[in-house]
Amino acid sequence: MLAILDYEAGNQTSVLRGLAGQGLEAVITADAAVLAAAAGIIFPGVGAAGQAMDVLRRSGLDSALTRLVAAGKPLLGICLGCQILLESSEEGDTRTLGLIPGRCRRFAQHLRDEDGEPLRIPHMGWNGCRLQRPCRLFRGISSDAEFYFVHSYYADPDSDLVIATTRHGLEFCSVLGRDGFWAVQFHPEKSGRAGLALLRNFYEYCREGAAGQW
Amino acid sequence: MVSKRIIPCLDVRAGKLTKGVRFSDNVDIGDPVEAARRYYEQGADEIVFYDITASHEGRGIFLSVVERVAETIAIPFSVGGGVSTVADMRAVLLAGAEKVSVNSAAVACPDIISRGAEAFGSQAIVVGMDVKRVPPRPEVPSGYEVVIHGGRTFMNKDALAWARRCWDLGAGEICLNSIDADGTGDGYDLNLTRAVAEAVRIPVIASGGAGSPEHMFLALTEGRASAALVASIVHYGRYAIAEIKEYLSRRGCKVRPA
Repeated sequence: MLAILDYEAGNQTSVLRGLAGQGLEAVITADAAVLAAAAGIIFPGVGAAGQAMDVLRRSGLDSALTRLVAAGKPLLGICLGCQILLESSEEGDTRTLGLIPGRCRRFAQHLRDEDGEPLRIPHMGWNGCRLQRPCRLFRGISSDAEFYFVHSYYADPDSDLVIATTRHGLEFCSVLGRDGFWAVQFHPEKSGRAGLALLRNFYEYCREGAAGQW
Repeated sequence: MVSKRIIPCLDVRAGKLTKGVRFSDNVDIGDPVEAARRYYEQGADEIVFYDITASHEGRGIFLSVVERVAETIAIPFSVGGGVSTVADMRAVLLAGAEKVSVNSAAVACPDIISRGAEAFGSQAIVVGMDVKRVPPRPEVPSGYEVVIHGGRTFMNKDALAWARRCWDLGAGEICLNSIDADGTGDGYDLNLTRAVAEAVRIPVIASGGAGSPEHMFLALTEGRASAALVASIVHYGRYAIAEIKEYLSRRGCKVRPA
């Protein structure tokens, strides 16, 4: 079973539906013990970084997540849950979890799109991911598949953690991490079949790692 | 590069589609949840629902439709119609919509935009604008005036100034409907679409007038829109979403493969 972290940041129900709709077991929880018992954790999120960090600190979930990741618990961060894995965010100059070296930046106002027009922010809509290295989350997903993005800030991690990039005014990191510890800027739960396949790939990864415990 | 979006719009009254939707395989559908599922499977990028129910009871039925839609499709959808308070916004977002659209309530009380954006984030707040062409005058220099009540009430607001105000107040997107073009099938109002899209730096959805895939191509290129809203052109089975996307792609307009 997967645990979807509930920290008052919005989209956990959509993530649950994305899994449950394919018959994959998951629970929404804010309980560190349930997180520890799960085969893997999904760390979702929409909204502002500062507010999200306040909730995580107040509930002690920040240190619980840090411990679990250090112990090798598989994790998938989504959108805000991707951004706050980094050390800091330009959004309200917030210090974030620091599980991944790097910071989260805002799309600069002066950027232009491919047609030379001023960039629209938020980056809202469907866009592709250019894989920089193989990633099992993308197993069975067509290379021209697109995913649903909605964000004004983007992750800028250490370059050896960049898994895929996406173009919006600049080439930004849209998937990052390493085996078993992944984060995606887009919303797989709202990205149609490709997104659901990505969630299933994460689920399968966790299930294999947890063989015997299920 | 972000793809241009094709967004079917469904009008719901008392839990049913106001007009049946006929798919290209000749299936008639009156249930909004089923129609949403079909459009999702056909490659729609997003879906817009408008609740045109007046009664309190109808509102409850509508929210249960929103919940069922959220369980059925894995793409974003927005909900508008009858949203006038932050509590109304919360109800549709909790029911599972990604975005909520405000229109006349925002014209009457623009604060709803900023309060909604603070509570739920800009990405969740769409401002719907109905606009009519008028002779330019000092209050409406662009010659495009904001209207409500389906075009019966003129608000003495210039559409471009209002769009910029919505952006300033934290709207994440504007859905721009031309009352003049709506229902004609003669094409979107390209001048209006382009003027508003150039006045703001948030995505603009063009609405009203689609009669052919070429109209969508023009709105998404010349009109600078990020998305095109479609209703009768897809509801009556004249064009399938996939067919529209193939056309756009052939013309060099980037869309998500259906």
